[in-house]
Amino acid sequence: MVSEKNTNQIMNKIRVNRWKDQLFKVWGVACTLIGLILLVVFIGDILIDGIMRIDWGFVTDLPSRKPEKAGVFTALMGSLWVLVLTTFIAFPTGVAAAIYLEEYAKKGRFSAILEINISNLAGVPSIIYGLLGLEIFVRILGLGASVLAGSLTLSLLILPIIIVATRESIKAVPKTIRDASYALGASKWQTIWNQILPAASGGILTGVILSLSRAVGETAPLIVVGALAYVPFAPGHPLDDFSVLPIQIFNWISRPQHGFIENAAAAIIILLLVTFMMNGVAVYYRNKWQKKWK
Amino acid sequence: MEIVATRNTIKTVENTTNMESEECQKPKISIKNVKVWYDDFQAIKGISMDIKPNAVTAFIGPSGCGKSTFLRLFNRMNDYVDGFSMEGKIKIDGSNIYKKKIHVEELRKEVGMVFQKPNPFPKSIFENVAYGLKIQGITDKKLLASRVEKALRQADLWEEVKNDLKKSALALSGGQQQRLCIARTLAVEPSIILMDEPTSALDPISTAKIEDLIFELKEKYTIIIVTHNMQQASRISDYTAFFYLGELVEYNKTNTIFTKPEKKHTENYITGRFG
Repeated sequence: MVSEKNTNQIMNKIRVNRWKDQLFKVWGVACTLIGLILLVVFIGDILIDGIMRIDWGFVTDLPSRKPEKAGVFTALMGSLWVLVLTTFIAFPTGVAAAIYLEEYAKKGRFSAILEINISNLAGVPSIIYGLLGLEIFVRILGLGASVLAGSLTLSLLILPIIIVATRESIKAVPKTIRDASYALGASKWQTIWNQILPAASGGILTGVILSLSRAVGETAPLIVVGALAYVPFAPGHPLDDFSVLPIQIFNWISRPQHGFIENAAAAIIILLLVTFMMNGVAVYYRNKWQKKWK
Repeated sequence: MEIVATRNTIKTVENTTNMESEECQKPKISIKNVKVWYDDFQAIKGISMDIKPNAVTAFIGPSGCGKSTFLRLFNRMNDYVDGFSMEGKIKIDGSNIYKKKIHVEELRKEVGMVFQKPNPFPKSIFENVAYGLKIQGITDKKLLASRVEKALRQADLWEEVKNDLKKSALALSGGQQQRLCIARTLAVEPSIILMDEPTSALDPISTAKIEDLIFELKEKYTIIIVTHNMQQASRISDYTAFFYLGELVEYNKTNTIFTKPEKKHTENYITGRFG
């Protein structure tokens, strides 16, 4: 028995729910757009300030006291050095740790503690990593304020991200693949190496690249480690002094001459290009990987 | 038609053989009082049985009766399950497969397995079949190619894929994928093949192909198949074991189980009155 009153109540409820639904949609779109609009405004502003300054000379020139002569060559090279060294340090370490945690570690208190601490590490402010790097790599290991010490510090910083991303992609490999490999007489090592890692490689690469693009943009820990604002030459050796793009930008912005502000904008464009390019590669691999599994 | 004829002759021969001479035949797998636990839950409650060589043995029973768990004991696939523990002895060709010294990898070359859902690797058809050989360290390209061809022919897939060996296995149809999985298993040259509901994800035509294949394969292999399909069990198996709640209720020649089962319980199940 449905009375008229009841029907009215139900209709009202449906109307209210529809209305809430619409309201939330508008709110969601607004939230999404805020971030995007700010980014567009920011990039537009930077482009207006800096695009005229960018030419081949800006990329290949050494630093100078005169803004129109200064270039980002040493900082760019420093960033690339850091990028390459960090990749070589963090990639194998992070992937190996993730494989251990996912495939070998016995589920128990020890692995639970490990897991919680890895999540904690991901939340530690980057300046703390800088202090850690200063103490361990610069002082105790005696590496000095070198590009190697900087890379080791950044490796620590992105290690948790790589571990989490790698574990997630290993978990996403269907169990049936694992079963099939074991059932054919493959050992654990063969199964991991021949089936699981290739199948998870897309996700792993995506995680690694995204974390590296974060490392390229880091400033605070490198300042603490002792990266210089002014280096006359690009590093030619892992133990050389170095600067990186974010520090160069920071340095230029704090100068009084207008020319350096323009330089900073131009350097920001170059830094953004580097990170966007890396993110593009990450997206490419993710799509390729998803296609394979559909 | 030919197959049906052969099948009937086999059945008559079987019926005329007296039980005693069969008892003398050495079992391929001999199971003694096996119990399995997952943590506190006892999944298998003390089963003993012998599996005959070069025959198809079907495991039937309602979901959760322990038949898949039992099947996975023979190639030790339960070893990876959290909380798994077992008691009792399982001997294959007279040697205990749960003794400490055994290499699980060696065992699994001897005891192949085909799963419920076709699970080819996301690689080429050739790589799928060659995988089991490659992990044994075989690198000779000629040998690999000939073993792959032989396995694909045995699995009745060669004619369909011989020109597309480099294509992704995922592009094959479900039935072809399952035959590829059988070929992959055969390539390692096991003597026992375990099949865990191999046709439950397939259409009737693909199912018929797999059943014909099983019938051909039993000449050389000992096959154990878990199935929920009573008709399938009666069509393809020589022996049938009925499991219920972790226990072996009845185990006999398929013919006997399906025509005059000893236990009421078995009869109720195969006639569809429960389960």
